[in-house]
Amino acid sequence: MARPIDMFVWPARLLHWLMAAMILAMLFIGVGMVASVSERHDWLVRVHKPLGIAILLLAVLRLAVRLRHPPPPLPADLPLLQRWAAFASHWLLYALMLALPLVGWAMLSAGGYPVMLSHSLRLPAILPANGVAFAVLRHLHAWLAVLLFVTFLAHLGAALYHGLVRRDGVLGSMVGWRPRR
Amino acid sequence: MGSNWSGSLHRMMRRAGGWWRYGVIAGVPLAVAAAWAYTAGWLAPGRLTAPRIIDQIQVNSGSVYPGYRRAHAKGVCVIGHFVGSGALQPYSTAQVFMQGDIPVVGRFAIAGGNPYAPDGSVPVRSMALRLTQPNGQQWRTGMNSMPVNAVATPQAFFEQLQAQQPDLATGKPDPARLAAFFAAHPETAPFRAWAKTARPSASFATNNYWSLNAFELVDAQGAKHAVRWRMVPESAAEDAKGQGDNYLAADLVQRLAAGPLRWHLRVTFAEPGDPTADATKAWPADRREIDAGTLELTGTTPQDSGACRDINYDPLVLPDGIQASDDPLLPARSAAYAASYLRRTSEEAHLPGTAAGKKETR
Repeated sequence: MARPIDMFVWPARLLHWLMAAMILAMLFIGVGMVASVSERHDWLVRVHKPLGIAILLLAVLRLAVRLRHPPPPLPADLPLLQRWAAFASHWLLYALMLALPLVGWAMLSAGGYPVMLSHSLRLPAILPANGVAFAVLRHLHAWLAVLLFVTFLAHLGAALYHGLVRRDGVLGSMVGWRPRR
Repeated sequence: MGSNWSGSLHRMMRRAGGWWRYGVIAGVPLAVAAAWAYTAGWLAPGRLTAPRIIDQIQVNSGSVYPGYRRAHAKGVCVIGHFVGSGALQPYSTAQVFMQGDIPVVGRFAIAGGNPYAPDGSVPVRSMALRLTQPNGQQWRTGMNSMPVNAVATPQAFFEQLQAQQPDLATGKPDPARLAAFFAAHPETAPFRAWAKTARPSASFATNNYWSLNAFELVDAQGAKHAVRWRMVPESAAEDAKGQGDNYLAADLVQRLAAGPLRWHLRVTFAEPGDPTADATKAWPADRREIDAGTLELTGTTPQDSGACRDINYDPLVLPDGIQASDDPLLPARSAAYAASYLRRTSEEAHLPGTAAGKKETR
């Protein structure tokens, strides 16, 4: 069963859309929980931690899928600048989806907090308690989240550009549509 | 140049088949960004958020004291252990309540945001504890020396802070504004009745410390039991009045030199109908109480070098077997403590933009 050459393999597509929903939810949960003082605060914090670890595990799996099944080639007529932007933004997204959960985990460890994924499941600390390290990592976590959000917006805009303007099959290769030529 | 540009744009438009496509490409990400900013509170300046609570506390303190807690800024670290009686085990699976020895890192403090305030300036003292279980889970609790809180909701707490804001001319809160606040908030009556008779104690050791908020114990069958608790001192109450401005820390050093200080953790069980979401209302005095164990404090160190310094006594850091109740103050405390913790650790780290980076003007 050979797949059409111009599409991502189905595990890549499944992981992409699943993680898209998780990461977007996570970005909203993150800024929401930091501000909120309502009863939402507590449950958002309790969702944030296990969801982050789930994203970390899926990101590792996704990287493995990506290395085993390289994505379909970009259209031959894509300008060099856009080709470069696609390359850089995709690897930035991979780096951030791995780094953000790790920085969050390290940050809670440095803050001396028990890293609770549920009422009873606790992850070990990956750093010794240190207030200064906490502060640095906590700010890093926030700024990396902003970077991830901005990169996601660019990715979203680029996907729409491929789908609506260029109509070159790039969007379809992830959605699962065959391009109409 | 201009015609080249417009020529290529025309070609692009022909290929695009209309401006609406560019509208979608720009509009969808912009809408997502706006929703995100709204969620963060950036587009809703009127919404009560944790940073806004801390901002108001800083205004009320008259200054930012870099590195210090924004509330209950003046305090000392203590260490010791908690010896569970085992009597609470039928009601909670938490290891802290088993018979045994749990290490404790704690902190005593006085209310207020000024770390240099005289000990006698306020009657409220607080005890904060971090108990670390053998399984690595923690129980953190912050208790105060009054049985009820002044207000029941985060919004009312914020309004109380605003009413307490010192007047620029007098340096004291505006009495008319305070009176208006209390008139609008009759739920503050039990707290005000307490405050009328409360005297600043001469020792941290003689105070009771109440949880204020309700929590839920969870037993092995998963059944929940609504509780509040308080720490009851073995040290006898005294009429003594402290001398000077910093007598509390000195008293603690003196008492601990003579031997450990003990409190009993008395846990009160709610009956149906007792309010769990209203920290302004005491439960009836006849409610069942269980002595869950003995807190034994053995040492004290200054807070700027002690083990309590980098601990955020967030009351929602709870082990398996203890959970938050529906009390709306709990998530607000948790969120506001986190905001305070981030600010003071950032100052400790001398990160740019923090108060520590500014020059001291006095």
